[in-house]
Amino acid sequence: MTRDEVVLAVKDIIETIAPDEETANLTMDERLRDQIDLDSMDFLDIVMELRKLYGVQVPEEDYKELASLTGCVDYLHPLLAEKPLHCSYSSSSPSEQTIS
Amino acid sequence: MLARVVITGVGLSSPNGNDLADFRKALLEKRSGVEAYEIRHFGKTVAGVCDFDALRYQKKKEVRRGTRAGSIAVWCANEALRDAGLDVADFDPERIGVYTGTTEHGNVETEHEIHNVSQHGFDLRFWSHHHNPRTVANNPAGEITLNLGLKGPAYSLGGACAAGNLGLVQGVQMLQLGVVDLALGGGISESIHTFGIFASFAAQGALASHADPTKASRPFDAARNGIVVSEGGCLYALERLDDAVARGANILAEVVGYNVNSDGTDFVLPDSAGQNACIRGALRSAGLVAEDIDLISTHATSTPSGDISEARAIHEVFGDSASVRVNNTKSYIGHAMGAAAALELAGNLPSFTDGWVHPTINVDALDPECSVRGLVVNEPVRADVDTILNMSFGMLGINSAVVVRRYRP
Repeated sequence: MTRDEVVLAVKDIIETIAPDEETANLTMDERLRDQIDLDSMDFLDIVMELRKLYGVQVPEEDYKELASLTGCVDYLHPLLAEKPLHCSYSSSSPSEQTIS
Repeated sequence: MLARVVITGVGLSSPNGNDLADFRKALLEKRSGVEAYEIRHFGKTVAGVCDFDALRYQKKKEVRRGTRAGSIAVWCANEALRDAGLDVADFDPERIGVYTGTTEHGNVETEHEIHNVSQHGFDLRFWSHHHNPRTVANNPAGEITLNLGLKGPAYSLGGACAAGNLGLVQGVQMLQLGVVDLALGGGISESIHTFGIFASFAAQGALASHADPTKASRPFDAARNGIVVSEGGCLYALERLDDAVARGANILAEVVGYNVNSDGTDFVLPDSAGQNACIRGALRSAGLVAEDIDLISTHATSTPSGDISEARAIHEVFGDSASVRVNNTKSYIGHAMGAAAALELAGNLPSFTDGWVHPTINVDALDPECSVRGLVVNEPVRADVDTILNMSFGMLGINSAVVVRRYRP
């Protein structure tokens, strides 16, 4: 995965867990929480999706590294460089009662 | 003297209607809401499935994060307020109570999580942090408070299949105690999304089957063979009479009596003696006698033994009552579990104004042991209805009965 693909991967996860939000206009350096409605349970969801989709285990002390998209790429790219991009959101209906 | 409490709004989702007008129309047109259904591990069966638009009142994230029971509850709460012409902004949010009756809660979400971790070698690092807030017993009531910003007492009442009456009764009591000024009370069921409930009824020999799903739920019929599991919900907007009159509310009914008791005899088998005592207690609390009841909304679930037990209790209490009518709503919608009592009462409330009693349908050959006086079979009948007795019973021997009356000043 390239750095650009890591951005796509993170945006795809955000679209899954925050389906009311628009991710197209997210800026790279602003905190994600300041741009869209994300709370601590959502960040746990991001971590869970990274674990499910890419086998990446983010320890609790590193959660702060995921605050912005740039932070996500800096932290995740070394872990995802050898892994292919998955896009999960396109396959699930937003109104479906998805349990994750 | 306790304050009089009235119903001023109904919010519901039933397998055959998403508001009271649609639901009533389906009942008078004899339209079933039971359909073919398939669920993980159990396979093909039949069930009552609801089709309300969850996104009318919830964001996508709320639907995703919450439960099906929560979505049903949020739908019913908003619809009840709309029907009552009430805006929660006009109330002190600490004085609005929410009381959701549930048969069970958490099985659906637990089964989902076990399935989820099974896909990851049972590694519990994949077990969701959403599991606990989804499975706490107050989940459906709590999701309503989050959705509407309510601050008052809100919780579930676990009462097996009698729970829908319990939610209504709790709302009445909290209004009479003066703890709340508005109560949303009734019952909720997401039960069709747990394979366990189907498997357990099947193991018990109590799950309905029929080539035509719409004929699977057939209380009092000689060929009945079990329960049709359904999802659904119904919440009532309840107010003290004085408040309802002061704001010029449309009063749908007055709750004049109720009773809840226990058989104390068996895990699953009903006991007509306990049911008899429950009904008599409800009549006493309403200051009425059997002859005062115009319409009995039965609990009968289409099981061979349960329907007979209930018929016996009705015969014992109402056998001398010449004008009483008896009907059943599960024959249309199956058994909506925690929502059953609330939905079944709701389906009958319009009889105060439209002058009809809907029948129990799917009776091809009436079981002689279920042939109670006044049973309305297969075709609606005209009747002057002023008083309704709504019965609902559940496992571990819980019995409930609520008496409502056409509002008279």
